[in-house]
Amino acid sequence: MSNTKIRVKDLQLYYGEFHALMDINIDIIENKVTALIGPSGCGKSTFLRTLNRMNDLIDHVKIKGNILIDGIDIYDIACDLTHLRKRVGMVFQKPNPFSKTIYENISYGPRIHGIKEKSKLDEIVEKSLKKAALWDEVKNRLNKPALGLSGGQQQRLCIARCLAVEPDVILMDEPTSALDPISTLKVENLLEELKREYTIVIVTHNMQQAGRVSDYTSFFLNGEIIEKDLTKNIFSKPRDKRTQDYITGRFG
Amino acid sequence: MKKYEKWIEIFLFICATVATLSVFLITFFIFKEGVPILKSYGVFSFIFGTNWSPTNGEYGAFPMIIGSIGVTLGALMIGIPAGITCAVFLAEIAPKSMVKIFRPAIELLAGIPSVVYGLFGLSIVVPFIRIYILPIIQKFHPNAYTSGYSILAGAMILAIMILPTIVSISENAIRSVPSEYKEGSLALGATHVKTITRVVLPAAKSGIIASVVLGMGRAVGETMAVILITGNMPKVPGGILDSVSTLTGTIAMEMGYATPTHQKALFATGIILFVFIMFLNMTATFTMKRMGEK
Repeated sequence: MSNTKIRVKDLQLYYGEFHALMDINIDIIENKVTALIGPSGCGKSTFLRTLNRMNDLIDHVKIKGNILIDGIDIYDIACDLTHLRKRVGMVFQKPNPFSKTIYENISYGPRIHGIKEKSKLDEIVEKSLKKAALWDEVKNRLNKPALGLSGGQQQRLCIARCLAVEPDVILMDEPTSALDPISTLKVENLLEELKREYTIVIVTHNMQQAGRVSDYTSFFLNGEIIEKDLTKNIFSKPRDKRTQDYITGRFG
Repeated sequence: MKKYEKWIEIFLFICATVATLSVFLITFFIFKEGVPILKSYGVFSFIFGTNWSPTNGEYGAFPMIIGSIGVTLGALMIGIPAGITCAVFLAEIAPKSMVKIFRPAIELLAGIPSVVYGLFGLSIVVPFIRIYILPIIQKFHPNAYTSGYSILAGAMILAIMILPTIVSISENAIRSVPSEYKEGSLALGATHVKTITRVVLPAAKSGIIASVVLGMGRAVGETMAVILITGNMPKVPGGILDSVSTLTGTIAMEMGYATPTHQKALFATGIILFVFIMFLNMTATFTMKRMGEK
């Protein structure tokens, strides 16, 4: 039942001289939510961004080790970056809709991947917005600027935009840290729905959130994974002292 | 102590006033000198008259208006694509080491005196058009002739002159597009080029338009270079290889020997130029504001 979607083996990442990720080994299970927790600067966001190769954009980044998604090494030369990022979608910390209309935001992805027929695009836009629980709020103003939406709506729009290219995996980098509690709740409820179809990896600063939404949790500290386990185990009986200190709020 | 500060404030106020007052004085002066002849000769016949022969008392400025517009449009047609692609290259594609060489070189273009551009045009571009471009045209139109002093020559030189304006302002605009937009697009699997054309350029639109309008202002106002290379014939041109004179060029060339009425006519030409450039500046400010609100 629990298939490994992403397998990370001995991953090392350097920013120039700085060794930012050390010996990362982790299996990410299909159709589950995996939370990455840890204090600021511990490497959890950096790790997240290795999974769709967003670190490639930064100069002087060096990566060793393997990341296999469905058994295929994404750092292999033969791996098509465009295709990878289509399969591994990403939602960012700050909602970042393009300064276009709501419709254009969602249809942007399908369009760049070659879908041109209006009827097909309409269908994708509606389906994606429904999946992101935003359809009812915006169906009458699809041609209004996306930046006119509230922060929470913008973030769900970004989730819908990501769903529109039909990914298998969704990476979320602190998706609710810029949102109010009610919007946060909506996004969290959404995760519950989405994990039926997608594999989700979420970085969060919020311990309660990790507890609420995730099935597995990994605790990062200074570029290493200190502990990884079922979420309920991590929060009820952590094996490592540092994990316990962190989740009980003694540092970080 | 307090008195001392008061004096500084007054001094600063005077400096600011001088600058502001200058604008009003210049405006007032040009209009005072130019409006009477516009009234007596008739605004319509001044603007749309096609015959400029001051010795016969005929002041139709239409050829110069067309000359200025023609040279400017030509410059924009060459300068906008060149400038924007250059800005995209510098902001998005070129490695830092290359930017360090390219950008100062382009900025240096802005520092070259315009008369030097004129000399360059005179000795390189004008003969080039006469010797290489004319024969090509003549293959299709055997009767075509050009001395090389032409709208095309002026446009080519002006295009180079407005490059620094377009490149540096557009580059800034492109660089100030939030990186979140770019990441959002890349994370959806868009290629770098698609991200630039579909997300970055639309988001930098207002700055790019501003750069074009400012470049256009520079092209309209340029005097020395165009005097040397457009041929200065106050005649409505039939094509881009014809000689023209521009509003600015005519004023500069003829003021020295003009009779009093002729002088007034040149001031009236100045009014047209002034209104034209004011209009451009206002369009620039307006577009930037409107785009900024979006």
